[in-house]
Amino acid sequence: MAQVSMTVNGKAVKRSVPDTTLLSEFLREHLRLTGTHVGCDTSQCGACVVHVDGRAVKSCTMLAAGADGASVVTIEGLAKDGALHPMQTAFNDNHGLQCGFCTPGMIMSGVDMVARYKAEGRELTEAAIRHELEGNICRCTGYHNIVKSIQDAAARM
Amino acid sequence: MYATTYHRPGSVAEAATLIGANPEAKVLAGGQTLLPTMKQHLAAPSDLVDIRRIPGMAGVSAAGGVLTIGAATAHADVARNADVLRHAPALACLAAGIGDPAVRHMGTIGGSVANNDPAADYPSAVLALNATVVTNRREIAADAYFKGMFTTALEEGEIITAIRVTPPKRAGYAKFANPASRYALVGVFVAETASGVRVAVTGAGANGVFRHKGLEAALAASFTPEAVDGVKISAEGLLSDIHAAADYRAHLIGVMARRAVAAA
Ligand code: FES
Ligand code: FES
Repeated sequence: MAQVSMTVNGKAVKRSVPDTTLLSEFLREHLRLTGTHVGCDTSQCGACVVHVDGRAVKSCTMLAAGADGASVVTIEGLAKDGALHPMQTAFNDNHGLQCGFCTPGMIMSGVDMVARYKAEGRELTEAAIRHELEGNICRCTGYHNIVKSIQDAAARM
Repeated sequence: MYATTYHRPGSVAEAATLIGANPEAKVLAGGQTLLPTMKQHLAAPSDLVDIRRIPGMAGVSAAGGVLTIGAATAHADVARNADVLRHAPALACLAAGIGDPAVRHMGTIGGSVANNDPAADYPSAVLALNATVVTNRREIAADAYFKGMFTTALEEGEIITAIRVTPPKRAGYAKFANPASRYALVGVFVAETASGVRVAVTGAGANGVFRHKGLEAALAASFTPEAVDGVKISAEGLLSDIHAAADYRAHLIGVMARRAVAAA
């Protein structure tokens, strides 16, 4: 068993879990934070994307023990004091989802890409958003409204 | 995933001791290949030795005009590192095209080079740039390092600590990515180095990354995209699988070589 301590959405958590526990499993089954979805479990779909120490990662492809000491943000941690994060609002306003299964990962990837491009002073064009979404798969929307949502949010963030 | 014991050593020496004590142990560098492989029950290491957070294992230095890239440097960090962008922009461009953004935040150069996947990007850069693979025991020249698919000169318990690159005069990389996996169906890295023009091909060889002597000779005579046209690229020894036949891969080597030279 691994003793795992980390900060999740600003709260310190500590659990003893099997060494093989994935971060996605840790969040969903041990912390009951089921907003992080597991679509493929093979590193392809991006439904499980969370931020670890400020960077988007696929939580199905990281061990919980590997995140010991880290600060993790999940979709549940984005809204502040009941107000949606601009990325969430933009997905809402632009009909950026249908079934919603991919949405937590899309939003976490969206927030990550906007932050990176802003930090580097690069323009997040439509083409760049599509390229950045390479690791996020949506079965419903055809992506157009997801791209629009991220573009819209980038202007608000 | 089969049961395993996770370790996070604080130093390379401690990591080496852990691996020495557990013959079925594996180094966990970024886990973007190893963890999926373990999930599929294709690997079952008794122990995982996580080297990502060992102090000094991640980061780039350009001391003395030579790039030293720590083994635990993530692809995303190689892609945007100022020294890499200045001294070997082709390497930054290659790193920026591996997998997807989330994978690039976790996957590491050392992990990729140690794994030597026949379709991985980094082996082509290491070979074409005549880079040095630095381990906890020795320094291995690229030409002596790659030994075929998933096979390298690394000995039991040997850990890559850094990749050292002497900046090339110019270099370029182009890949034709498999539309589903984004791995290289064919990737060609061309470099004009102090020891001449070197061309390394990934994704295509039945025996992993390899140098293409015909392309090297043609580009040494004239480092231009047109020079590629005169080179006959044989399909012999190339992979044939559901993704592409050997003769198609041979054709793509020419196309990617031309693009890589144009980008250099
Ligand atoms: S569940 Fe992690 S990438 Fe699909
Ligand atoms: S909205 Fe259904 S998978 Fe994206």
